[in-house]
Amino acid sequence: MAVAVESPVAQAISRIPDPEVPVITIAELGILRDVDVDEQTHTVVVTITPTYSGCPAMEAIASRIVFEAREQGYAADVRTQLSPAWTTDWMTDEGRAALQRFGIAPPGPVSGSEAEGRGPVAVRLQRHVVACPRCGSTDTTEIAHFGSTACKALRRCSACLEPFDEFKAI
Amino acid sequence: MNADVSPVNSANAPSESEEALPGAAENGPTGERPEAAYLLGLADDAMVYAQRLSEWMTNAPQIEEDMALGNIALDLLGQARALYPYIGSIDGTGRGEDDYAMLRDERDWRNVHLVEQERGDFADEMARLLWFSAYQVELHTALTGSSDDVVVGVAGKALKEVRYHLDHASLWVVRLGDGTAESHRRMKAALERVQPHLAELFDDDDASVTAAELGVGVLPSSLHDGVVARVRRVVQEATLTLPDASPWRSRGGRAGIHSRPMGYLLAEMQHIARSHPGATW
Repeated sequence: MAVAVESPVAQAISRIPDPEVPVITIAELGILRDVDVDEQTHTVVVTITPTYSGCPAMEAIASRIVFEAREQGYAADVRTQLSPAWTTDWMTDEGRAALQRFGIAPPGPVSGSEAEGRGPVAVRLQRHVVACPRCGSTDTTEIAHFGSTACKALRRCSACLEPFDEFKAI
Repeated sequence: MNADVSPVNSANAPSESEEALPGAAENGPTGERPEAAYLLGLADDAMVYAQRLSEWMTNAPQIEEDMALGNIALDLLGQARALYPYIGSIDGTGRGEDDYAMLRDERDWRNVHLVEQERGDFADEMARLLWFSAYQVELHTALTGSSDDVVVGVAGKALKEVRYHLDHASLWVVRLGDGTAESHRRMKAALERVQPHLAELFDDDDASVTAAELGVGVLPSSLHDGVVARVRRVVQEATLTLPDASPWRSRGGRAGIHSRPMGYLLAEMQHIARSHPGATW
């Protein structure tokens, strides 16, 4: 990803929070793929990629990009790119730490979940190990496969008894 | 416009697909690419099933399932939305996503009958979701090798999502099949009820043959064995068996011939857009 962070307009765009998980910026989340600033024409071409095909936040993110660019005196052209498909592996360490502080378990590495659905893998009513973002215990269970947004699942910690969101690795 | 096509032979009838695209005739062949009809089938499957799944919100057995099926519907809606504008750019009509979703009549839809059937009970939906998501996993795996960059992009994105859908459906089918006597009985009945609508997923109609020859699409028949193998593993784990092929099977969805529930589905899905043409919010 070649985001020109030296430019004030690019910095402003990279600091835009995700509308559904506002503790993490779109740059930390890895959905901001490119910011191409043209100082001659005062235009900026911004490329973003959705977390999920139907992510309803994309329109809000695009309009916020146009707004932030206009604040800096630029006209923004926001483009959506599907390929290569977004993966939670693009999330930055700062983003993962921010999720953790907010009480959302950050996504684990993708490799394990990518393998599922391929080959003759037996079906099991259990999933991978996820640490509780509050007390750190790995004694947690999934209570819902889907959470409040497409990118999250719901779990509960058996040690501190708190329910929490898990950012799913994809 | 396909009123003379009988439901019996329509699935493999000589191509009705070109004239079946409204607007295509008026615009002529300018910029028209033959794979558009194939991609419309894929997009319509996703769109119609998204509509059916969204009916579960407030109707599922538990609130977590309202969320789950709503999220799965949203993924499918996103897949359809990614395809419609692209289809509009290659079928010579220049239509946008709302034109496809909201302004087409029943005979212009190219989805299989499986996705338009009424939702039934929760076991019925899990049987349908198991088969459809297993089909989509095989389909999108194959389409990541398409010669069309847009198709590769949509498939690569969708593949991550539909694997999770398959996982979700699998967990429920196992839980119900290997559950109580009552849940076992109802899961078994659901697998039998969905059976007549499965063969249509694997019919090689003209549009898919053309798309496969161009390298854009894949022959539906080539997906059959992989899909059945995936479903069989889950059904066995659920202490059930796959039902025998039914004497009657659905046909015609890819040619615009639909079953009774389709008109009601479209009426509910489209009536706001049609009652207030051009409205924005």
